[in-house]
Amino acid sequence: MKPAAFDYVRCDSLDEAAQIIAETGDGARVLAGGQSLMAMLNMRLAQPSVLVDIMQAPDAQKITVENGTLRVGAGVRQETLGKTPDLVGTSPLLARVLPWVGHAQTRARGTVCGSIAHADPSSELPLTLAALDGTVILRKGRKRRRVAASDFFLGMMLTDKADDELIEAVEFPPAPIGAGAGFCEVGLRKGDFAIVACAALVSADRVRLAIGGVNDTPVIKDWSTLSAQDEAEALNALAWSLEARDDLHATARYRRDLVRKLGAQSLKEARSCAD
Amino acid sequence: MAQQSTIRVEDAPLLTGRGQFFDDLPAPGNTLHAAILRSPHAHARILSIDTSAALNLPGVHAVLTGEDYSKVASPLMVGVKLPIKCWPIAIEKARYTGEPVAVVLADDRYLAEDGLDLIEVEYDVLPPVLDPLDALKSTAPTLHDGLDGNLGSERRFSYGDPETAFADADHVVDISVRYPRNSCTPMETYGVQVSWNPHAQSYDVTSNFQGPFSIHPVIARALNVPGNRLRLKTPEDSGGSFGVKQGVFPYIVLLAACARLSDRPVKWVEDRLEHLTASVSATNREISLRAAVTRDGKITALDYDQIEDVGAYLRAPEPATLYRMHGNLCGAYDIANLSVRNRIVMTNKTPTGLNRGFGGPQIYFALERLVQRIATTLDLNPLDVIRTNLIRASSFPYRTASGAVYDSGDYVRSVDLALTDGGYDALLARRDAARAEGRLYGIGLAAAVEPSVSNMGYLSTALTPAERARSGPKNGAQSCATISIDPGGTVCVQLDSVPQGQGHKTVAAQIVADRMGIDPQAVVVTAGMDTTKDAWSIASGNYASRFAAASAGAVSIAAGRLRDRLARVAAAQLNVLAEDLTFEDGKFRSLTNPDAALSFARVASTAHWAPATLPADTGSTMRETAIWTPPELQAPTEQDGINSSLCHAFIFDFCGVEIDPVTSQVRIDKYVTMHDCGTILHEGMVEGQIRGAFAHAVGAALFEEYAYDDDGAFLAGTFADYPVLTVHEVPALDILHTCTPSPVTPLGAKGVGEGNCMSTPVCVANAVADAFAPLKGPLDLTLPLSPARIAAIMPDEPPAPPGLASPTAPAGKGLSGQGEASVASAPQDIWDLLTDADQLAAIIPGAHGVKQLTPTRFLADVTFGIGPVKGRYRVDVGLSDLDEPNSATLTGKANGPLGVASGTGKVTLSADGNGGTIIGYAYEAAVGGKVASVGGRLLDGAAKIVIGQLFVALGRRAGGQTPQQGLLARIRAWLGRAS
Repeated sequence: MKPAAFDYVRCDSLDEAAQIIAETGDGARVLAGGQSLMAMLNMRLAQPSVLVDIMQAPDAQKITVENGTLRVGAGVRQETLGKTPDLVGTSPLLARVLPWVGHAQTRARGTVCGSIAHADPSSELPLTLAALDGTVILRKGRKRRRVAASDFFLGMMLTDKADDELIEAVEFPPAPIGAGAGFCEVGLRKGDFAIVACAALVSADRVRLAIGGVNDTPVIKDWSTLSAQDEAEALNALAWSLEARDDLHATARYRRDLVRKLGAQSLKEARSCAD
Repeated sequence: MAQQSTIRVEDAPLLTGRGQFFDDLPAPGNTLHAAILRSPHAHARILSIDTSAALNLPGVHAVLTGEDYSKVASPLMVGVKLPIKCWPIAIEKARYTGEPVAVVLADDRYLAEDGLDLIEVEYDVLPPVLDPLDALKSTAPTLHDGLDGNLGSERRFSYGDPETAFADADHVVDISVRYPRNSCTPMETYGVQVSWNPHAQSYDVTSNFQGPFSIHPVIARALNVPGNRLRLKTPEDSGGSFGVKQGVFPYIVLLAACARLSDRPVKWVEDRLEHLTASVSATNREISLRAAVTRDGKITALDYDQIEDVGAYLRAPEPATLYRMHGNLCGAYDIANLSVRNRIVMTNKTPTGLNRGFGGPQIYFALERLVQRIATTLDLNPLDVIRTNLIRASSFPYRTASGAVYDSGDYVRSVDLALTDGGYDALLARRDAARAEGRLYGIGLAAAVEPSVSNMGYLSTALTPAERARSGPKNGAQSCATISIDPGGTVCVQLDSVPQGQGHKTVAAQIVADRMGIDPQAVVVTAGMDTTKDAWSIASGNYASRFAAASAGAVSIAAGRLRDRLARVAAAQLNVLAEDLTFEDGKFRSLTNPDAALSFARVASTAHWAPATLPADTGSTMRETAIWTPPELQAPTEQDGINSSLCHAFIFDFCGVEIDPVTSQVRIDKYVTMHDCGTILHEGMVEGQIRGAFAHAVGAALFEEYAYDDDGAFLAGTFADYPVLTVHEVPALDILHTCTPSPVTPLGAKGVGEGNCMSTPVCVANAVADAFAPLKGPLDLTLPLSPARIAAIMPDEPPAPPGLASPTAPAGKGLSGQGEASVASAPQDIWDLLTDADQLAAIIPGAHGVKQLTPTRFLADVTFGIGPVKGRYRVDVGLSDLDEPNSATLTGKANGPLGVASGTGKVTLSADGNGGTIIGYAYEAAVGGKVASVGGRLLDGAAKIVIGQLFVALGRRAGGQTPQQGLLARIRAWLGRAS
């Protein structure tokens, strides 16, 4: 469990990092917390030729709020975002989700953008970005492009980011005015990968449920309204419409059970705090 | 005795990073570091091993294979004689996923692992057998060519008159259980450092081996050296073992052979993936258990049918897991009649070995599930069934049907105390209240006898009396302790218990200090073992909870002897009688004349400085080694009676669990465990042992399994997939004690460290069964009771709404999927692509080149993967069932450092009516090796993507157009159509 040899570059700026990645392409990997990457390196599952460390780049550390949209730089650690003043006010859903991301120890190292780049189907942060109709800002050298979360996550650990691109930042827009947010998750142990995670956003004209851990990418389901009597049927239909699979830790049936039950729980939670 | 919880002398160095664990020890300057290539297949013939590329890598000094090993070393000895050879490295055939196939020796571990990636092994993959019941079928693949089938041993036993008891029984109640494979997963993995001395023809080994030292002769024999040419040392500190470190011994042998062949010192530290995949675990076992029962619940006979799965080799010390409990098969119950059928089978899984609880969890899972089943069948209170059958206090010492002598206990009183002090009535009320609200709440009970201090002869119960007569009797459990006094009169103690973190040094120092009347902090205890210097025997080591009952006793005996001799020295110097002396505060003092006193140090140093002044015939006062074996541990009798362990603690547990209505998780609401482990030597450590075993047991009950897929790929290669519970998941535990001192151990103590591993899994399972009892009646439960398994017991799920047909379960085994795609070209064009090497090279994503071996067989060198996970594979693809241009079957195999895959795909090409083609595909694939072990959660999705990539590329090539979207977006579009 020792990595294959690689070059290590510690970048002083995202400009430098973007330049190296644009030049190296497939062989480069961004080191931004390393909570997934280091394990993959040690197991030789990933064998990049260059590791581009962006954690010393000051411009990667920015968290800004503009017109209610929260912009999180490439090097912002999950713990740092969690401690942002008034995160509950800026993004109630994110504030609910962050404690579910791994453990305190992994959050202290892991970054928000790193988790989104990794695109694990069970991860909470890609789910949240999708639920909020967020945006990923990609850079190739000096060129930037913005990709909607719904177009960004293509499959398991597969995103629209090209090998020569770098995630510069992600943007979490505010939820609709008056929306309430709910989040529920079940994993085997505290801090484990979610077997199923549900994020709910309920506002006057829309009821949204985002499901993680079942399909290869977050699934978004919107209803204009969802009455209490229709809810069980709607959630059952949603559960059966997903590609629930059996694996070592859960069965397809268990996943559908969780979609129905956690869906209801997270909707209830969202309604309770909607205006 | 030292019942107070003194501060552990072990803690300060451990907590401040000054522990001396295996990997902290210095290695000789010219040491080579080893990395081990392991089989990605559960069952395969090794056709060839090409090590040339690895050997050409700068920094790599040697690569060894099984053939090399066999030139300098021999197979490992086994207790049950079989016509099979047990090698520490695969020779000709690999029989489990993770079996060593080659060892690379390099300047450092990084280079050694670089070397691993360059070794090319050609395998002929054979069908594996994973299930122990399947392994017994005549049609099953056979693991060992020398053996007819996979049955390693079969013995039947009968004690009392079980036939009559069953014939006369009011009821016969039976149960069948499967106990899974699990392990206690120590934090520190295996480590071996070994040097070969060609002049002395001897090996010098340092390894975190934990014993039993009965393995030392096994190692020496395998290495073809006499015992005195195998020096085996253990480090002073251990990062945990729980029995598992016994399993390092095949690696000691393997690495020693490497040191000899390379003529360099060799060091190897096992990594976590290696440990989870290929160290030892508990055996998985199939047990059918029947009871003859009277109408009031008295069990008159038991009938066990046990099938023990020891993995690919019956390797020492197996079949000990099966026979360790042989004297205890009736648990805590007074049952005179017993019949047993024991079969040991080999399957394509990692060989098993010691693991905390060792045989107990398997037995009690069957026995205590049966006791609950008897209660439900006869409509009795399970507590009454337990009480009715418990051995009475007046019966001790009690000889069990199969020959164990239970030394002491008052089981009924222990149960009664547990119920009152543990709040059983309140728990019943809690269950009533929960059920009234419609919640699933259940109560479980379990009674168990926890054996400790194994009889080193119990294993020979696996042999017939005739076989035993030929090989000579085996019995006993020698414990050794040495106390020495230096010229300054200070005291050192050497233990034989190879502690693995328990705190033996603290207790030993306390015992010696108490005996000699000196300060415990003045006593220095060493725990590292050196077989050339220290007193040891077959039984030495850390297992069978032998410290408090046996090793601590030897310490006490040695201290007593030395003190008595020193008393004679002091008496002579003070001119008083030895019987008149007290030993307190570091002084020998006359009882009758308190002014007559000498310091301990002064008396103790006399032998060094003035031996001529010692009274005649005093004996050594400088050094004493006590070697103690309990006479109760006799060899098996002619009738197969065996006192398998020296002492027997009693445990009674009860718990309340609730099934979470949302998550289906089992929540342990309350857990009470009552222990009678005889005299307690250190309260804090006893509590630590109970809490530790309980945590391991909750893991076994609810979370952990060494899982394999149908092809024998190991699926639990990380702590994400082998979910050891964390502090958040360990429930609160109420610990209660009673005490009936053991009359057969020097200090009255019994073992305590394994009991909850035996009682807790079944107690939790009984509670879960009780929770579902109002809903479902009797249930067959298999551990771990994961939420998905519980969900399957819950009421049926609501059906799929119309229009959303429930997805059919994938046919066949492994990964499977299907999909279709439309392309602009005609079927014939697609067909031509599929049968052309150059075209295939362009289609297969990441292909570095494709060779066409025959018109229908291709070899490709391909890099593929998902996201950052990429590996290079040699892919062998064949086309068959050719129906040009309509359909074909693709069969492929991929081999690479990250793992192996094999699969079959059916491709159909149909004209879409507009000049284009609809390509349909369905595949079935199996993945093994590293990717299967560490990425199980993601494999199904990964297979879908990789196959999807292939067909996207095919479509793009056939379409002959530049894709308008990015490739990845197209993949997504394609995958959206796949199901």
